[in-house]
Amino acid sequence: MSSDGHTHDHPHDDAAAHPAHAAVEEPPPGYYAVMQQAVEALLIDKGILSADEIRRAVEAMDSRTPAQGARVVARAWTDPGFKARLLADGTAACRELGIEMGPTRLVVVENTPETHNLVVCTLCSCYPRMVLGLPPDWYKSRAYRSRAVREPRAVLREFGTEIAEDVAVRVHDSTADMRYLVLPRRPDGTEGLDEAALTGLVTRDCMIGVTVPAPS
Amino acid sequence: MTRVATVPEFAPRYRAGDAVRVRRAAPPGHMRTPWYIRGQAGVVERLCGTFGNPEELAYNRSGEPRQPLYRIRFGQAAVWRDYAGPERDTIDVEIYQHWLEPVEPASNPGSPAEKAPR
Amino acid sequence: MIPGEAASNLPPGRSYHDMGGLPAGPVEPAEHNYAPWEKRVDALMVLLSGPRRNLLKVDELRRNIEGLGARAYDSMSYYERWMAAVSAILIERGVIAIDELGRKMSEIEAQYREATPP
Repeated sequence: MSSDGHTHDHPHDDAAAHPAHAAVEEPPPGYYAVMQQAVEALLIDKGILSADEIRRAVEAMDSRTPAQGARVVARAWTDPGFKARLLADGTAACRELGIEMGPTRLVVVENTPETHNLVVCTLCSCYPRMVLGLPPDWYKSRAYRSRAVREPRAVLREFGTEIAEDVAVRVHDSTADMRYLVLPRRPDGTEGLDEAALTGLVTRDCMIGVTVPAPS
Repeated sequence: MTRVATVPEFAPRYRAGDAVRVRRAAPPGHMRTPWYIRGQAGVVERLCGTFGNPEELAYNRSGEPRQPLYRIRFGQAAVWRDYAGPERDTIDVEIYQHWLEPVEPASNPGSPAEKAPR
Repeated sequence: MIPGEAASNLPPGRSYHDMGGLPAGPVEPAEHNYAPWEKRVDALMVLLSGPRRNLLKVDELRRNIEGLGARAYDSMSYYERWMAAVSAILIERGVIAIDELGRKMSEIEAQYREATPP
């Protein structure tokens, strides 16, 4: 799904070119959108950034979606060696699949019959963006950040997820440089599915830990 | 012989399995130790590595000497007085070494340090 | 919960952003498609904090956002807060001057006004 609904067939780097287009299609920019354009223009004028770099950074961001995380999970479900490497070093294992984590240290935590994992960042909204893309608003919300640590089972219930009392809920508050990805359990009855089909079962929400994958 | 300059860092004091407590303190500025975990006792799950101190980096300082960072596992029933869930539920928080102090070894079973989940 | 209510009840030394464990309402499953300007704020942060330029540190941005105070959390959107922080750090570091930023912002606003059809 396209995130902004219009194609980049005209340059955004020239603020003077934008207003006419904007006036027809978009409401006038707010105070901080104006600030963003101003800071960007100044930094380009000073040779600190280039319009190309900014455009490439946005394109790179757009290319990162939960589909990448789904590939990682599906590979872990079908390849025990990869799964072991993933749990030992998430960043290095993702690189095997062509997913560059950059400086991010990715920690993958595995759901088991005994443990269900849930990820939150109470202090801001740290999120494994390189493998999941940009976080949803709810992940950054006061309600999630406040309650996921204190009443995780109630929060899970709001997402339609009930974890049995004999399964431990393990919350991860990512307060430092690590980013967390949940490796959900492979649903029952999926033995006949190949890796490509399995990726279709893996949603963003089950890699955060608020849901579990539904059987096909 | 040339000497390669190394980044100053504090040596790790703790190992996986150690019982630790998060200090109570409320300095102003930028903290990455959440309020709700201060004063709580848990167990070191692992040493995550050594990193620049974010409290100093926040003011554009070097963050050195770098601090060991640990993942500490806490029992939810111990952290929250009214926790609505089983004793087996846990919360992992990454805490920098300068916020941790050792919990003295228990002299009798059933003391809080021994109840900390592994 | 009334926005800002929690802020007035916080113990001294606890910052508004440090919200783990505080009471809150249901998690609204809200999502929004990021506007182009929001993505460009994000790009700015990534490029400026990257190792090549190291013009600002993420820790500085966080410190700045935390210092915006309780009302900023209630009245500003996520990327508005980050944009405010990016500007503040660039100004603090002397990368851009306040006057040139103000003039450029006025210039851009004027261009939008002029472009608006009568």
